[in-house]
Amino acid sequence: MTAAQETLDVTVHRGTTRGARYDSFQVPAHASQTVLDVVSWIQQFADPTLSYRFACRVGMCGSCAMMVNGTPRWTCRTHIKKVAPDGKLLIEPLRNLPVIKDLAADMDPFFDKWTAAEAQHHPSQTRHDPIEPIDPTDATRAEADLGVECINCAICYAACDTVAGNPDYLGPAALQRAWTLLNDSRDDGRQSILDAVSGTGGCHNCHSMGSCAQYCPNDLNPMRAIAGLKRETAKSFFKGKRNA
Amino acid sequence: MKAPARSHPLWFAFVLHRVSGLGLALFLPAHFWLLSQALTNPARLDGFLAFAEMPLVKLAEFGLVFLLAVHMFGGLRLLALEFLPWSDRQKTLAAGAAGVAFLISTTFFLKAI
Amino acid sequence: MLDLRLYMLQRLTALVMAPLVLGHLAVMIYAIQGGLSTAEILGRTQGSALWFAFYGLFVIAVSIHAAIGLRVIAHEWLALKGAALSLLTWGACAALLFLGLSAVFVVTVP
Repeated sequence: MTAAQETLDVTVHRGTTRGARYDSFQVPAHASQTVLDVVSWIQQFADPTLSYRFACRVGMCGSCAMMVNGTPRWTCRTHIKKVAPDGKLLIEPLRNLPVIKDLAADMDPFFDKWTAAEAQHHPSQTRHDPIEPIDPTDATRAEADLGVECINCAICYAACDTVAGNPDYLGPAALQRAWTLLNDSRDDGRQSILDAVSGTGGCHNCHSMGSCAQYCPNDLNPMRAIAGLKRETAKSFFKGKRNA
Repeated sequence: MKAPARSHPLWFAFVLHRVSGLGLALFLPAHFWLLSQALTNPARLDGFLAFAEMPLVKLAEFGLVFLLAVHMFGGLRLLALEFLPWSDRQKTLAAGAAGVAFLISTTFFLKAI
Repeated sequence: MLDLRLYMLQRLTALVMAPLVLGHLAVMIYAIQGGLSTAEILGRTQGSALWFAFYGLFVIAVSIHAAIGLRVIAHEWLALKGAALSLLTWGACAALLFLGLSAVFVVTVP
């Protein structure tokens, strides 16, 4: 965006998966403007029927992710000058998910797969047991720590071409959380996790193209986590558990 | 052709691995069939081998050797990624795989012409 | 679409093929010098148990490996699934095995 440029040329996805169109808006340009600022301006001043989703505006909640010029991003933390120096923006709902309306993707399949991957805590103790000491320098704990900052924004899921071609694939976010729990000494679900990630939509469908790691706004590396799951399931394969 | 919005080095490595694998899988039936003519119809195999002396065909052979080499070295990178402890040098390794494959296929090409 | 069993089959056949491909590349670079002829190929391979084992194993591994690879591509790019996908996988495997082993028998068995 040059200093002389006073408006942004913004194209926005409207409608649902069943019927979509694209609307164009001229949006006033400002310094330090984010993509979420642009979307909010359109909703407040140009078209109040525009639907989109956001909450915290500071990259904590993971609810404002959209496709910006074809790339999945947190719109609240994405500056216009970084992604659209020519002032042209194409804003669409997250890829690989159904669309509820306009820019709001339906997150149900994403969270259903999160559950299907057994990416939930399996308690090993009760509230009556003493608190288990965790050594942060332990190698297994360090591996678990690599993935704990995931805030389920689904950017990796939208970036992944394997998800796009293979609707059953659990996807990078769910598999990374499964790997994190597998490495958490407080989790008691090892075998059910290994079973869950070894099915027809499991970790073995990953092609290590690394778009998950490339676009994760928190600099996490689901590709590395999925490689870990492949290694562990391969080990259990050789131990004779053919279904992991 | 314009690169897609989400392209990056490891994405290109994935596309190269997939396209080379697909190319090799489609080439194999012709390769096998032609070789199986060696006894029953040696004239046909020799006819093809003479045809293979043409410069353009040599270039195509160079392409096939590159596909085989890049699929193998790229595949070794993936096996290492999956079965060895994690390394952050994946982009370097992918570039190295493509480089070695190019070196090997060029050696073949220079011996072939 | 790829479960652990198919995944392991594809990775294990890849491991088997790694040295075979290196050998095949070396043979190609050696043999292409001065042009190729049917007589030259047969002279090298006919009656050789070593080449029979080398290329026999290569054909078996590549048939499995390529069939699973084609399965993945057919599912992701052509949306093929279910029985049709299995038919493509094992049909491709059988066809490659038949063509490949025929070629190996012709050029190595005297």
